Amino acid sequence: MAEPTPKGVLLTPLFRNNPIALQILGICSALAVTSSLSVSLVMTLAVMSVTAFSSMFVSLIRNHIPSSIRIIVQMTIIASLVIVVDQVLKAYAYDMSKQLSVFVGLIITNCIVMGRAEGFAMTNTPGLSFLDGIGNGLGYGFILMTVGFIRELFGSGSLFGVTILETVQNGGWYVPNGLLLLPPSAFFIIGLIIWVLRSIHPDQVESNEFVMKHNTEPKEAV
Amino acid sequence: MEHYLSLFVASVFVENMALAFFLGMCTFMAVSKKVSSAIGLGIAVVVVLTVTVPVNNLILKYLLAEGALSWTGIPGAENIDLTFLGLLSYIGVIAALVQILEMFLDKFVPSLYNALGVFLPLITVNCAILGGTLFMVERDYNFGESVVYGFGAGFGWALAITALAGIREKLKYSDVPASLQGLGITFITVGLMSLGFMSFSGIQL
Repeated sequence: MAEPTPKGVLLTPLFRNNPIALQILGICSALAVTSSLSVSLVMTLAVMSVTAFSSMFVSLIRNHIPSSIRIIVQMTIIASLVIVVDQVLKAYAYDMSKQLSVFVGLIITNCIVMGRAEGFAMTNTPGLSFLDGIGNGLGYGFILMTVGFIRELFGSGSLFGVTILETVQNGGWYVPNGLLLLPPSAFFIIGLIIWVLRSIHPDQVESNEFVMKHNTEPKEAV
Repeated sequence: MEHYLSLFVASVFVENMALAFFLGMCTFMAVSKKVSSAIGLGIAVVVVLTVTVPVNNLILKYLLAEGALSWTGIPGAENIDLTFLGLLSYIGVIAALVQILEMFLDKFVPSLYNALGVFLPLITVNCAILGGTLFMVERDYNFGESVVYGFGAGFGWALAITALAGIREKLKYSDVPASLQGLGITFITVGLMSLGFMSFSGIQL
């Protein structure tokens, strides 16, 4: 990528350069809020709007920020935006904000937001930075929604709270997989998603420091 | 005393920052390739958490909470509620404290500074630090409790990252499927560790 194009910055983070699967950014919140799909959706929207707007604002004033205090300036912008999101959630979706508890506040330290502000917005125009924020929000949301989908469908047999698979407890046939409601399942699912993504794009595979030799034929005992 | 002990055990094992709440995962994954650097980062997190949680507790109690400003004696101060500024102040306090700690170590304990050097700035954006403060706010800890909680949470995180680094040092000699190499297998390993730590969840002291 020599010159960032609007379409490029919007779509590459989705699969080719996914913030979670490839750049290991912003995993913290990705894992904790995915036990149901509606929570993941709200979290995705929150992160997307914060990333997009913080990138735009940072980009707007990028020529005026002295580089020695740029981190603190970016932090302040991000923190203010997160406060806005937090207050909006508390006002209009109180139950949701209770469920998300501390994780809304933790968007501040979500490395995606900071990483995009520092890595992209400081050198690009506001329009492009805004799109880049949306794109990375989408890439984040893609993983979040996939994990949320799998966990809610197989863990409690429903999607967005609507029953899809009738569980045994309610007289249906589906025995829910309790593991998927527990935190560790999120790790397994993301690990598997990374496996799939990297099988599709083999150039993303990390090289092994210690390459195994192929098994030599076992010699028969004489 | 017993109360503090049970709070400590709970924050180290039952509510482990890294494995039960997934906080600080970015650095948890990125800096766990070698045991020595994992221990360095772990110690830094313990120190920063033990300092920031109590300080933020004081900030909340004497500046931000509803009516907290009444000690200033300004008329009408008991009606001021600044809790909405919480996030901004906590992150500011954390960033400032990390900076001060860095300068302090540079001046007085250069050997530790060299060991922690790269990790200290990283810590500002470590979710575990802000997470510790936010949990303290949500659970309404008092000053003593927040000291114990900050230390316990940091200690639990350090324990988890050291254990993971130990596993990863062995893991690099094993034959993992190519696309699962590195990040993928680490996620699955952490999942198994998290499953193991869930066995502590029944502990009641």
